[in-house]
Amino acid sequence: MPRRRLTGGTPRAIIQHMMNYSPRRAAEAPAGERRPGDAIRISGLRVVRGTRVVLDDFGLVVRRGTLTGLLGPSGSGKSTLMRAIVGVQQIAGGQVDVLGLPAGSLPLRHRVGYMTQSPSVYGDLTVRENLRYFADVLGTTRASVDRTIEQVDLVSHADDLVNNLSGGEESRASLAVALLGEPELLVLDEPTVGLDPVLRRDLWTMFNALADEGVTLLVSSHVMDEAERCPRLLLLREGRVMADDTLPGLLESTGAADAEHAFLQLIDQGAPR
Amino acid sequence: MNARITIATARRVLTQLRHDPRTLVLLLFVPAVLMTLLWWVYDGGQVFDQIGPALLALFPFVAMFLVTSVATLRERTSGTLERLLTLPIGKLDFLIGYALAFGLMATFQALIASTLAIAVLGMDVAGPTWLLVTVAVLDALLGMALGLFVSAFAATEFQVVQFMPALVLPQLLLCGLLVPRDELPDVLSAVSNVLPLSYAVDAMTEVQTATQPVVWGYAAIIAGFAVGMLALGAATLRRRTP
Repeated sequence: MPRRRLTGGTPRAIIQHMMNYSPRRAAEAPAGERRPGDAIRISGLRVVRGTRVVLDDFGLVVRRGTLTGLLGPSGSGKSTLMRAIVGVQQIAGGQVDVLGLPAGSLPLRHRVGYMTQSPSVYGDLTVRENLRYFADVLGTTRASVDRTIEQVDLVSHADDLVNNLSGGEESRASLAVALLGEPELLVLDEPTVGLDPVLRRDLWTMFNALADEGVTLLVSSHVMDEAERCPRLLLLREGRVMADDTLPGLLESTGAADAEHAFLQLIDQGAPR
Repeated sequence: MNARITIATARRVLTQLRHDPRTLVLLLFVPAVLMTLLWWVYDGGQVFDQIGPALLALFPFVAMFLVTSVATLRERTSGTLERLLTLPIGKLDFLIGYALAFGLMATFQALIASTLAIAVLGMDVAGPTWLLVTVAVLDALLGMALGLFVSAFAATEFQVVQFMPALVLPQLLLCGLLVPRDELPDVLSAVSNVLPLSYAVDAMTEVQTATQPVVWGYAAIIAGFAVGMLALGAATLRRRTP
């Protein structure tokens, strides 16, 4: 069976997006300046888990309608940062604003889609039953259930129990839940891990298409190859931003051939910016 | 509190059970099988009449305690709870959704067990049967509330199952089933006065012995415990975790 190409959504969905969000990309602005148009604005964030300081005096600004790749090894603080952005992480200090509101506040729960690192769907429900439940919680339509199943290419598995799916399929079911209700901000923790290269490429195409429609995406990965898919790269290590650049910019400044070597180069230089 | 989300949650929990027929059968029929075994052990005699109703209180309490504590722990460890709490669902929607689903299961469970005990095994009950079932459902909700609460203190399913002997068996020993509560040593009698299962068994005994049973006092105490436990359980459903 030929694999369907993934796209950002049906034409109707795209039109809906354009009605809901301004497709005009926010103008370039220096980091640190306060503007209401930012999707994510973090300053002085400090997170302590157990005895370990995961993030300290962390700052980040993400403009609306952009796709940002959060790359870094396991344990670099990617998931913690994402949890702080969706408002489920206890923080020891600092300010996290999302779409102009404090992270985790009530109005944001309709507007932010979140995919946890391990698939958080019910194993003893089918893909469709899972999505219907989360759609009911969001108050979104049954039509959006079918559309997200198409978006993640699970049509042929829609009525299979999640427990009977492969790891990659289960992860896509979890991604589908995050896409429900056309959120303005998508926070996706390693959505492409364990997927075959074709599917991975298709998902990144979809992410970029969503960003073009005005959705803001923060997508993490520990696979450095995925850097080439991201217009903006954040390299994270031990809770610090090692680099915040485009891939060409990063390669130019480090003289490395690819993201992996650029990352190594930055570590060797030992100079996190 | 949102009726749409609450009902969706109840329906989701029931759908999960529907996909798990083994659990469903165990949940519905094990109490009935145990009642039959008890009847056989006492050869259908007077002792069966005396302790049968108390066991009708105990079974739903234990079953719902186990099911809820494991189900909630699974929600916590699988990340589905974390995901839900980033969505527009209230803690009460979540809790009452579970209460509706498991309350419905408890009603069926109690109906099956009490119908069997009364109609087939000839258990003598002076009061009305519907009251017996009502008290059993209330006990189920109590077990559910307690299970929900303890799931917050367990990190694994091994741990959560150990809470059953730790929290339920002492209540069983002190609830008046083995020795009438007023004949217990003073200290134990006092302890039994603050344990919810004692009132569940008292209520069942009342239905069993009185033709015009008055159980509202007991029912209020059981409901009070259940609501208190649910409130404590709600407090353990944190949106923000370390």
